[in-house]
Amino acid sequence: MRQKTEVARLAAELASAVELASAVERSPTAGRSSAAAPPYRFTFMEVCGTHTMAISRFGLRELLPTAVRLVSGPGCPVCVTATGDLDVAVALARLPHVTLTTFGDLVRVPASRTTLAAERAAGADVRVVYSPADAVELAAQEREREVVFAGIGFETTAPTVAAAVLEAQARGLVNFAVLSLHKTMPGALRALLDLGEVGIDGFILPGHVSVVTGTAIYEFLAGEYGVGGVIAGFEADDVLQALLMLTRQRQPAIEIAYTRAVRPEGNPVARELMDAVFEPCDATWRGLGSIPGSGLRLRDEFARYDASRRWQVETGEPTEPRGCACGDVLRGALDPADCPLFAGACTPESPVGPCMVSSEGSCAARYRYRDVDD
Amino acid sequence: MCLAIPMRITSVAGTLATIETGGLTQRASLVLVPDAQVGDYVLVHAGYALTVLDEQDAEERMQLFAEMDELSAGEDDAPED
Amino acid sequence: MGKGRDTSKGRDTSGGPGGRERAATRARAVTSPPQDTERILLGHGSGGKLYRDLVRDVFVAAFANPVLERLDDAAALAAASSSRIAFTTDAHVVQPLRFPGGDIGRLAVAGTVNDLATAGARPLALSAAFVIEEGFAMDELRAVCASMAQTAREVPVPIVTGDTKVVQRGAADGLYITTTGVGEIVVAHDLSATAVREGDQLLLTGTVGDHALAVLAARGDFHFGVALQSDCAPLWGLVEAAIAVGGDAVRFLRDPTRGGLATVLAELAESAGVGVEADEEAIPVSDAVRAACELLGYDPLSLANEGKMVLAVGPERAGEVLGALRGRPEGARAARIGEVTASHPGRVALRTRFGTRRVLDMPVGELLPRIC
Repeated sequence: MRQKTEVARLAAELASAVELASAVERSPTAGRSSAAAPPYRFTFMEVCGTHTMAISRFGLRELLPTAVRLVSGPGCPVCVTATGDLDVAVALARLPHVTLTTFGDLVRVPASRTTLAAERAAGADVRVVYSPADAVELAAQEREREVVFAGIGFETTAPTVAAAVLEAQARGLVNFAVLSLHKTMPGALRALLDLGEVGIDGFILPGHVSVVTGTAIYEFLAGEYGVGGVIAGFEADDVLQALLMLTRQRQPAIEIAYTRAVRPEGNPVARELMDAVFEPCDATWRGLGSIPGSGLRLRDEFARYDASRRWQVETGEPTEPRGCACGDVLRGALDPADCPLFAGACTPESPVGPCMVSSEGSCAARYRYRDVDD
Repeated sequence: MCLAIPMRITSVAGTLATIETGGLTQRASLVLVPDAQVGDYVLVHAGYALTVLDEQDAEERMQLFAEMDELSAGEDDAPED
Repeated sequence: MGKGRDTSKGRDTSGGPGGRERAATRARAVTSPPQDTERILLGHGSGGKLYRDLVRDVFVAAFANPVLERLDDAAALAAASSSRIAFTTDAHVVQPLRFPGGDIGRLAVAGTVNDLATAGARPLALSAAFVIEEGFAMDELRAVCASMAQTAREVPVPIVTGDTKVVQRGAADGLYITTTGVGEIVVAHDLSATAVREGDQLLLTGTVGDHALAVLAARGDFHFGVALQSDCAPLWGLVEAAIAVGGDAVRFLRDPTRGGLATVLAELAESAGVGVEADEEAIPVSDAVRAACELLGYDPLSLANEGKMVLAVGPERAGEVLGALRGRPEGARAARIGEVTASHPGRVALRTRFGTRRVLDMPVGELLPRIC
């Protein structure tokens, strides 16, 4: 009851704030007669799959004033993983002594010719785990298997994988390795803004990534690009609160709405662990191509835990699903509903690309959110 | 990213904590939050605690969830005839 | 449960009791004497004396009824000549075999009884066919049968016939059970999705998600414990009470098993060609289920239940039917969760707790825990 009231109150405040902000100098027609000028439409981008999901689950778009447009960016770690990288995971799973452990998110995503689920049905040892620690435990129990963990996720998950690697090392395990597909956010945000395809008025920044990183990594958004950002939690009122703060910003700034979990300095211990095990490397993002320094790879002293160094696998040229526009969707340049395959050839039951397969992919979220009265 | 929920630490053995919320118990590693103690609320992701939460805020959130459950359990409107 | 932990593999945190049992039986089979009658042997499935002894000492002893004791190949049943007959079958392959609140036996009996109930049929008789893995512990088989007998007595319904096959070690995950049920339809009208009309009220008999999470917790893959039990239970009594009060205003019954409540509602909307409005706030979900779903990324509306029923009831009688449901322990948390509309036919609209609306689809594919 209280949350419902809170949400209604925030929605109303947002509507007023948007009206106020529209009338102020942000309007591109500032200075001319306001009667003739169309009201300014704010475009805010979220870059976190969990935000994409929350917005659709709570039907938040219905509560937003029409002058606020929410766009999804490259925030789904599964969706932004390049097909070629998925092919490597599949190739490893096919090795007879390998047990490929993975988060559930990755199991149904299409690689060039198959999925991990299909490989499992064909006899590959693919196991879903909830935690990288479980993969380490598995390696300890099944010494005759090579346990490879498919590491996806951003700065929220990378420290947990780093901790798992250190645990494996402390226990002297020789049959545990990580296929690091981890990526970090700032490079992608920079690439998006450099592309300039979407006029972004502000970012809803990822709440749990920020628990680890703090605010420092986002300062360049305001400083170099003049685009503000607010770090948001994942409840309906959290998202609305962040939108309200974004709308009220008179100067671009990085703020925290999710104060109960995020501190400006983040979690230094988590970052230290992450830095001890991983170092930045170039990474290929679906939709954005190669972004320098946006990936994480295991440092040389952990080479024995690096699956990409322990096994050389042949994967051939990656093939993208025909007609799939996931790349454009991930950059926020194409609304899922505008993709020609959306809700026709591409649905959650028969998905073409990862944005529809992944439960927090923009297309899947959009599909589930589709208008009841369509 | 990413799924993480607040849970309360009920006991600690080395770096492993038993955590609970609403009748759900789990284990989580505390290596990322070495100062966490029994009674603290922590945010848990993929089996690891990521940060210690402000206790008052966390309790308030849990209250909100408890309300949701009471709502559906309690006085349900009988359908109008 | 699970006799003898297999210590040769060190700490066993996965696989559940079934897995440990298999490992233990493999370890012990090598040293057991040849005619070890504590375990199921291939010979038990061969139709000879060992088989007859098994049937008599385990199945007949547990299910005890005059029809079964005749041990005919087919059971002869009496039924009122004017009744319509309901007929249903289910295969049960749950892992682990035992979980908080139930086991494969209870699941098998309750599942079939509930399927009959959705047709408005009083259960007359059940059959049970067992496929048992060689090496399966006899004590465990007796425990499963005791559970089946207990569940059947709650209805009551006799288990009158059955079959047993034994397969080699490594097949059958310990035990598979297939139950078939015959029932006498006690309602004169058609209970079906096509009978549902605009204005009908949708009732749900209790909390959702309990069974799926109890089983998942018991499986041990994700190392969490829940203070909840599977809701596995036979619901004929509950349905009978609803029909007694609602009469032909009770138009549709379905139990939300695999695929959960979302699947039942979506299928109703589709087969009946009607719209469904569901109210998220009204759907009962326990705290523990809610927390586990938040943690693992599941939607409680997609999770399997084994002791719940969805009813579509005409508005003129819905209040009384709800009262009748709540008057029984299995229906204590029964709630009105929505209604049938003429708008958006074929679709289910979920009204969120914030008053916004979104489409509710059936889940697609296996339920996987997520980190995002």
